[in-house]
Amino acid sequence: MAILRPAGDFDTTYAHDLRTIRQPWQWAVLIAFIIALYTLPFYANQSIVSLVNRIGITIIAVQGLSILTGYTGQISLGQAAFMTAGGYISALLVTRLGWSFFIALPAAALGAGLIGLLFGLPSLRVKGFYLAMSTLAAQFIIPWFTRNAFPDILNGAQGLNVPVPVLFGLEFNTPQRYIYITITVLIITTIAAYNITRSRLGRAFVAIRDHDLAAELLGVNPFRYKLQAFFLASMFAGIAGSLAVHNIRHLNSETFNLIDSIIFLGMLIIGGLGSNLGPIFGAIIVELLIEWATLFGPFFITIFPTTASGAVQALRPLFFGTTLILFLIFEPRGLAHRWQLIKAAWRLRPFSH
Amino acid sequence: MNWQLLPQFVVTGLLLGGPLALNALGIVLIFKSTYIFNFAQGQMLLLGALTTWWFAVVLGFPLWISIIFALILSAILGFLIERVTLRPLTGQHLLVIILMTLGLSQVLQGLALLLFGSVQRNFPQIFSTTAPYRITTPFIFNDNNIVIILKQNLVWSFVIAILGVLIISALFRFTRIGLTMRGTSEDHELAQSIGININRVFGISWALAGIVATTAGVLLATSSGLDMSLSVVVLAAFPVVLLGGLDSIPGTIVGGLIIGVSMGIVSASKVPIVRDMAEIVPYVLLLIVLLIRPEGLFGQKRIERI
Repeated sequence: MAILRPAGDFDTTYAHDLRTIRQPWQWAVLIAFIIALYTLPFYANQSIVSLVNRIGITIIAVQGLSILTGYTGQISLGQAAFMTAGGYISALLVTRLGWSFFIALPAAALGAGLIGLLFGLPSLRVKGFYLAMSTLAAQFIIPWFTRNAFPDILNGAQGLNVPVPVLFGLEFNTPQRYIYITITVLIITTIAAYNITRSRLGRAFVAIRDHDLAAELLGVNPFRYKLQAFFLASMFAGIAGSLAVHNIRHLNSETFNLIDSIIFLGMLIIGGLGSNLGPIFGAIIVELLIEWATLFGPFFITIFPTTASGAVQALRPLFFGTTLILFLIFEPRGLAHRWQLIKAAWRLRPFSH
Repeated sequence: MNWQLLPQFVVTGLLLGGPLALNALGIVLIFKSTYIFNFAQGQMLLLGALTTWWFAVVLGFPLWISIIFALILSAILGFLIERVTLRPLTGQHLLVIILMTLGLSQVLQGLALLLFGSVQRNFPQIFSTTAPYRITTPFIFNDNNIVIILKQNLVWSFVIAILGVLIISALFRFTRIGLTMRGTSEDHELAQSIGININRVFGISWALAGIVATTAGVLLATSSGLDMSLSVVVLAAFPVVLLGGLDSIPGTIVGGLIIGVSMGIVSASKVPIVRDMAEIVPYVLLLIVLLIRPEGLFGQKRIERI
């Protein structure tokens, strides 16, 4: 479907063949969209801006998972644990060593990537479901480590207070300001994700996903590429974790938990596996759903009076789980696939095939 | 190491291995015949305990009738889960199926919260809490024999859990339905071609897993109270399953006991940080098992061909 192009869009040079954004109007729409995102604080209220902030950070984490699970086919239940790792590294560098946030962010990405490598090592021996188990172990071991190890530095279960980022005297202390950091990093990671997946690296990932033994026979070193996928996925998680903790300004071992890891996987399925649009669609839809659960809470209290305290807590997993199940049964290829179908139908109009 | 405490912790750990084995059994039952790893086992356990509580406390039935009602309901729930959510996914790849059971776990957790609320409840006591068993060991510390104190509910949970595993093993070994289940676990298509109704086998496996989950739920609720966090205990059963082997029923007992005892030994340590490690010991063992022997102690090794 992806090869279905509008009439008149031909490749005349190799450079043209490689382009992702092919038409002048696509550039125009993209730039207009980015301008709209950057000017959001001027016309949207605070709750919308902080929602967009949260969605942006979530998209980065899911993009990482998309490389690991969507492209390389390695199921990971530990993405939130690597966010915890990134968050702690960044928070410690800023508070203990006095680094600027903007240097600590890439350092956190690197550190989380290295920790991800460590938990990716079992991928040499096991795959599929067993690998999901070993990443689940990461989801328990990393938060345990932050809770119990080095209590004088990591501050145990209390966690750390994280300062706001400062750049040339400008404090990013409100969502309206923080969103500039989020959007900028998001644009960088999106470009990175697009280019990783259409390069040699991405093709090797897809070969391993489709059949790792066959890929090995074709000369793709599965261990090396699996570890690279783990490293990249954890790097994205580290970036997302670092961004998130400097936004909410507090961090403990429960800030990112197993439920988050499950939700990231769900976002990936709902958005679409093996597609760069997938994480974006999935994260937006699921974050909006969770937001609606918060809005619907008071309404449900009137129906189920026994659960007054737990209505919102109950609706979040209920909404998310139901959506995930419906998608798995009726649209297992996700929204990105549906989007391709809609685009194709639009281009073929008025014919149906 | 607190040597005088070690026997106590080892025996307590051993007893905790019983319910762990029972939880692992529920997962293995489903995996053995359907190749589906059920992440929603914990929520099935929670719902089983909650329905028992509802029949016994809210509606005022005698406890044993409530337990029977809850067992029937959970069997129906397991059957329905298979029919409605997992049957449409037959033949889909692994990630989709893993995510389906994860999604199910979220839905069931949400349902439990919505219907019952998140308050801590007192579950009716089945076993006496006031008169623990005492065993005098031959080990001597400070001129006294070390006495091990065993809570009644722990001992009986252990006994029932082991009995449950034995009953299910016997079912697999000696009955006709057990035979069809073993046949299905070898190869789905082959089983179907010799006339086994594999859909029925899948349904029965899920119903049995529901019954096992409710039994475990009731046992855990009598010993540790009933609230929403009950579903989390099953997370500690995943390492048990992998240690014993994903498709091995005796493996669940051995795995459960090994994990329980190693948690007990670690809790007997004098160093605080080692003592705190008790909660992650199962997962550290899990990583070691995955690196050294991914198929587990008793699991079947499968060879992959292109």
